[in-house]
Amino acid sequence: MTPLAGYRPPYPGTQPDHLHPLYVSSIKRSPTRPLVAIPYTLSEVTGPSFGPELVAPAAHDLTRQHRGEPLGERIIVSGRVLDENGRPLSNTLVEIWQANAAGRYLHEVDQHKAPLDPNFTGCGQAVTNAEGRYRFVTIRPGEYPWRNHYNAWRPAHIHFSLFGPAFATRLVTQMYFPGDPLIPFDPIFNCTADEKARNRLISLFDWETTMPEHALGYRFDLILRGRDATPMEV
Amino acid sequence: MSLQATTSQTVGPYFKIGLQWLNRDNLAAEGVSGERVTIQGRVLDADGVPVPDAILEIWQANAHGKYDHPEDTQDKPLEPGFKGYGRIPADKQGGFRFATIKPGPVPGPNGKEQAPHLVIAVFMRGLLKRLVTRMYFPDDARNAGDPILNLVEAARRSTLIAKKAAGGPGALEWNVVLQGPDETVFFDLGL
Repeated sequence: MTPLAGYRPPYPGTQPDHLHPLYVSSIKRSPTRPLVAIPYTLSEVTGPSFGPELVAPAAHDLTRQHRGEPLGERIIVSGRVLDENGRPLSNTLVEIWQANAAGRYLHEVDQHKAPLDPNFTGCGQAVTNAEGRYRFVTIRPGEYPWRNHYNAWRPAHIHFSLFGPAFATRLVTQMYFPGDPLIPFDPIFNCTADEKARNRLISLFDWETTMPEHALGYRFDLILRGRDATPMEV
Repeated sequence: MSLQATTSQTVGPYFKIGLQWLNRDNLAAEGVSGERVTIQGRVLDADGVPVPDAILEIWQANAHGKYDHPEDTQDKPLEPGFKGYGRIPADKQGGFRFATIKPGPVPGPNGKEQAPHLVIAVFMRGLLKRLVTRMYFPDDARNAGDPILNLVEAARRSTLIAKKAAGGPGALEWNVVLQGPDETVFFDLGL
């Protein structure tokens, strides 16, 4: 086989380290030994793909998964998935999950004393189109307390999981909302040193996708790692 | 045009609601060729305490050493019913278990063959970005010449090689140890 092109390393400071002591759970769960650098092989530049046939038609609309409509402020979350070279990534799976409007997840571990919503599960899936676009309809998630430190509250956020074309491009991240006063205090948001990289996790209010008399639009573009221009010396 | 990859964030404690729809702990449907294996293990933190809120993702070639992916241009057959992808959450005791087939060898750097292996990504609350590791198979002579295993100091290679377990042929044990003397080797893929 011809030599493989690898994936570009991240710009310094734009990705978190595994250990971020202010995020207390990272202390006992992050490796202490240096990671072992390895070259890209066929195992890392390939990866699973999931096409639209896997995703139910209503999976992108979290407000229509039950008999009634969920409580809360309906919103449209949409954007593009591109690689670092600016190329749209079509046909890639986007999975999301989130708390309900009251800040409660439909999960047995979440014991926050806020109500569950019988009309809201909080998970969705979409597959990007030819231009790399995805679109979800959901409700704005609530902020909620956690026990990382005294009076700790997570800003409102939606979890995103993406595959991209290869094992190497897999990404799990969180989307935040503009103007949320909790963001500057959140150790998870702040785990990344580079301020501009952090701030790209905050979605943009978007008139273009806002639907009159129906729902506000938020835009969140996701960038997966790009390929090196030239194959690695092997 | 040059953009920067989006910053990784933790899956947090509640990933189950978003990820469980794609859980796969049996990677090889009936009729898929290859040596059947079941792999069980635990995810353990710095204190040896099992991690119940972790999830593993597996990617592997089929028994011929072919990945179901357009970039694998080897002249080897694909197997209908075999994608090579697994997603396995840890249970309340930090345990996991999945069934698959042993993959064939795939090409590595410098034209060297790689020993049969699974590539594995580990996500959990507390991890701001995933951990990447591999699992190799016990008693496989090809492990000695594997170009990736040979990048790991000899004393730590055993963390990447499953052990035979009770439960008959094909029963294997492999653990993910996050810290301590038996800390699993994790790889740096640049991210």
